[in-house]
Amino acid sequence: MGMTDPLKGFGVTLSKMFKTVLTEEYPEVKKIPAPRFHGKHQLNRHPDGLEKCVGCELCAWACPADAIFVEGGTNTEEERYSPGERYGFDYQINYLRCIGCGLCIEACPTRALTMTNEYETADDDRRNLIYTKEDLLAPLLPGMEQPPHGMRLGEDEQDYYVNGPELARRQGVPENTTVETGDEEAVR
Amino acid sequence: MTVASASGNDTAEPRPVPEGHVRLTIDGIEVDAPQGELVIRTAERLGIVIPRFCDHPLLDPAGACRQCLVEVEVNGKPMPKPAASCTLAVSDGMVVRTQRTSRVADKAQQGVMELLLINHPLDCPICDKGGECPLQNQALKHGRADSRFVDQKRTFAKPVSISSQILLDRERCVLCQRCTRFSKQIAGDPFIELLERGALQQIGTGEEQPFQSYFSGNTIQICPVGALTSAAYRFRSRPFDLVSTPGVCEHCSSGCSQRTDWRRGKVMRRLAGEDPEVNEEWNCDKGRFAFRYATAADRFTTPMVRDSESGRLRKSSWTEALRVAAEGLLDARDSGGVGVLPGGRLTREDAYAYGKFARMALRTNDVDHRARPHSPEELDFLGAAVVGTGPERGAVTYADLEAAPTVLCVAFEPEEESPIVFLRLRKAARNGGTRVFHLGQWYSPGVEKTTDVMGAGGPVHSGELLRCLPGEEAVALSELPEEVERGLSEPGAVLVVGERGARIPGLYSAAMRAAERTGARLAWIPRRAGERGAVDAGTLPTLLPGGRPVTDPVVRADLERQWGAEEGTIPGRPGRDLDGILAAAESGELSGLLVGGVDPEDLSDPARADRALRAVDFLVSLELRPTGVTEHADVVLPVAPTVEKSGTFLNWEGRPREFEITIEGTGAVPDCRVLDTLAVEMDVDLFTQTPAAVAGEIERLGPNPGVRPQPPDVSAQAPPRPGPGRALLATWRHLLDNGSLQDEEPHLAGTARPPVARLSAETARQLGVSAPQPVVITTDGGGELTLDSEVVDMPDGVVWVPGNSGESRINRKLGLGHGAVVDIAASSAPPRGGVTDPEDAAGAEVPAGTSEREIPLTAVHERYRTNGHAGHGGPNGNGRADNDGGSRQADGGGA
Repeated sequence: MGMTDPLKGFGVTLSKMFKTVLTEEYPEVKKIPAPRFHGKHQLNRHPDGLEKCVGCELCAWACPADAIFVEGGTNTEEERYSPGERYGFDYQINYLRCIGCGLCIEACPTRALTMTNEYETADDDRRNLIYTKEDLLAPLLPGMEQPPHGMRLGEDEQDYYVNGPELARRQGVPENTTVETGDEEAVR
Repeated sequence: MTVASASGNDTAEPRPVPEGHVRLTIDGIEVDAPQGELVIRTAERLGIVIPRFCDHPLLDPAGACRQCLVEVEVNGKPMPKPAASCTLAVSDGMVVRTQRTSRVADKAQQGVMELLLINHPLDCPICDKGGECPLQNQALKHGRADSRFVDQKRTFAKPVSISSQILLDRERCVLCQRCTRFSKQIAGDPFIELLERGALQQIGTGEEQPFQSYFSGNTIQICPVGALTSAAYRFRSRPFDLVSTPGVCEHCSSGCSQRTDWRRGKVMRRLAGEDPEVNEEWNCDKGRFAFRYATAADRFTTPMVRDSESGRLRKSSWTEALRVAAEGLLDARDSGGVGVLPGGRLTREDAYAYGKFARMALRTNDVDHRARPHSPEELDFLGAAVVGTGPERGAVTYADLEAAPTVLCVAFEPEEESPIVFLRLRKAARNGGTRVFHLGQWYSPGVEKTTDVMGAGGPVHSGELLRCLPGEEAVALSELPEEVERGLSEPGAVLVVGERGARIPGLYSAAMRAAERTGARLAWIPRRAGERGAVDAGTLPTLLPGGRPVTDPVVRADLERQWGAEEGTIPGRPGRDLDGILAAAESGELSGLLVGGVDPEDLSDPARADRALRAVDFLVSLELRPTGVTEHADVVLPVAPTVEKSGTFLNWEGRPREFEITIEGTGAVPDCRVLDTLAVEMDVDLFTQTPAAVAGEIERLGPNPGVRPQPPDVSAQAPPRPGPGRALLATWRHLLDNGSLQDEEPHLAGTARPPVARLSAETARQLGVSAPQPVVITTDGGGELTLDSEVVDMPDGVVWVPGNSGESRINRKLGLGHGAVVDIAASSAPPRGGVTDPEDAAGAEVPAGTSEREIPLTAVHERYRTNGHAGHGGPNGNGRADNDGGSRQADGGGA
């Protein structure tokens, strides 16, 4: 060990003091992940607030970690949650199991399920990490109405599926954004 | 089939073609095939799969979908175009090249697939068939990766309700006509047809034919795409999500093999299993759709004990319930005796446990499973001609029915009482030239469809209805027309008697005499799945297991030794039958009753049954759900429904139909286990802990080593001639009725036949009734029943009503049965109309929009999808309306 070695050590420290700090001030300052980051899921709504999920269970089937549980229910004229015949009556995602692979959103035939950039899915209670439909549903944006209610945008579900983007514009969703993206994406 | 060896030495003589065979080449493989075989089947036997949609081995060839095109060369000359291998019969020297070896065939198949897919929606992800879809599979295997079609796809409004149960997505249909051919050829209910032409060609229903098929569910199963779905299963689950367990249907004595698809401890759907010996590939709608009774909310989950203070049933532990039941039964046994009524829906193993429990623990022969009208004559008949028979011991089988030159059905309505027997009779009449005769009252749909059949080549008149008065069957059987008598004398002829014969004095004796006289073979076809097995298991007052007569001391002593019982445990006197047990219970002679799956509504006199159940000191009920018995029971012990237990049903042939537990781990226990534990509380060992143990014991005991009991000899009586204003009552039950095993199934109930009273034109004229004006039927005992009328061709002075449909609960309302004299008059009430009041039809409310078709289907003129969601009302959770308690409780509790 040479005489100058301790000084070398201090030198390292000193040089670092003038460089950009790598330390992240989480959770005081939140990091914004990449735009296509696989974060917490979201169950989207049509522009009038009806749910997009039809309870088909394909997400549950695509899931390699068996993290999703879906049970479909039947819409009635009096109690309608989605356009068409069926809706997701029960929807649960177990974030203790979810590996964030995104196969579920690939499988979704109605783009009801997407992923947000929300990554704070940690808790000290297992039960809190099983998200239910209430936790997953997208917030009601302006112009949306809490289901159950009738089909406001057309006469049948085909109107929703075929003319969806146009209906969304008419409902006041700005150009270049989609209803799927929810609030935190919309403000970006 | 033999595949000629490809190698081998050149000098060998060419192998001769077997008699009745031809030799052809498929994909370079030389093969001998029986003459007349279709190329597609020959290829299949070689392991070459030619894609197909319309082809089905049990249906006549149609050549509708054109998917099975192959290149064919006959006599060295190629056929000008690829030919459909499903309609092409093999011929000598034919050279067939399938898609494996021929580019022409492959291209032709791809072209057909492309055309089929032009208008097929790409909704596989949300289609029920996705994952088990022949179109999906074959498109992946034989289709093109890309479509060249760029225009708008044709769309139809969907779904169309063909019935309250069957829904049709026309845009998914590939027009293979399997459903229409099934309906026409197999079921004989031409309810769906091909309509329109060209691109608009579609499946629809006829304008005037009401859709009431008992076999409609099969069309869903054979549909090669997701065009036909059931309201009960639509969008409920995905095929790859389900666990499939083979099972046996618990409804009727046909003994259909079936497949139960379930997940998360809940049965999602049931399909017909494949069993060429029994149900081929079909089942009836009751077997397919009626399974939700087992998950009804009111099912007993814990034992119940009647609280001495409040007089109500309260939940209890097994230990407490068993102790109370054992003490009560011991007291009752020692004071007046206990009668045992197991009911006709048990497995053979469970029935055996009841029989053994009665003899060992209760030391009585007062046990009778016949929860229906019965007679001592029937008891003798069962002992002499039914017990211990089976296919391996020469009993009549389905195959025998099919091969029989003549079949005569007496007191048996095949379509209503054993639907698979009906299908077999129809097949026999259609293909095999079997003459089918029915001894009955009117030309019912079931009679019509087995006697006037549309064959492959044209209409076949294959039999007759031999009209007789209700109650006159026994007399008629001894004076059969010459033609029938001669037919029955031919070798292989079969005489079929139903369980309703018990209502007609002398019928079983007459049937045995007729069988002896003509040489015809005799078959007894009961209605319920457990009846036949219970006869063998020894739950009759005169018969011990295996048909051992209780009166034979040697047989009795032998059985006591095998059971490890003390000598003299089994009483030597025949016990009381069900009516006798109830009479004794009512009068106080019997102090206790042990009741299984019995419902008072099914008995010939429900009011008397109620009185007996109320009067008896101690009543134990082994039940699944609340019934008229549990209302009065002191202890209710919950038992497992069929899907939660294993066991064996004997079907009408006597063929054991074994099944394993479908849904495990529910904690539900079968009757035999409950009885075993109860017996232990009473200090008796039955050794019936599990169905497997019981089956082993039955096997060890074997059949009756002694002599068979004597056949009955009761003389036939001519029925009384009713005077003016009176009529003879004729009745049997519809397949879909108020039975409690059909609970929770509103969509199925919507396809039940509406209850109407049928009478002849002359009778209607005398009464001054013009159909559908209702008639009111009254009895001397104060019974009254009002039903819409319908005029049919039947003997004068007779009125036919369904046994347990809607309002028409004749046991309860009239207290009389087949052959009785009733008063009949025109009613001033307005007719209910052609559409059945769903509440009446089934004791269940059909959700709005499913009780009638949304679209008048002849005029499906909004062919292109117009606005307006033609949605079906959809299963609305529990659509059951609260009916007046009684309706739910008909036909066996299901235990």
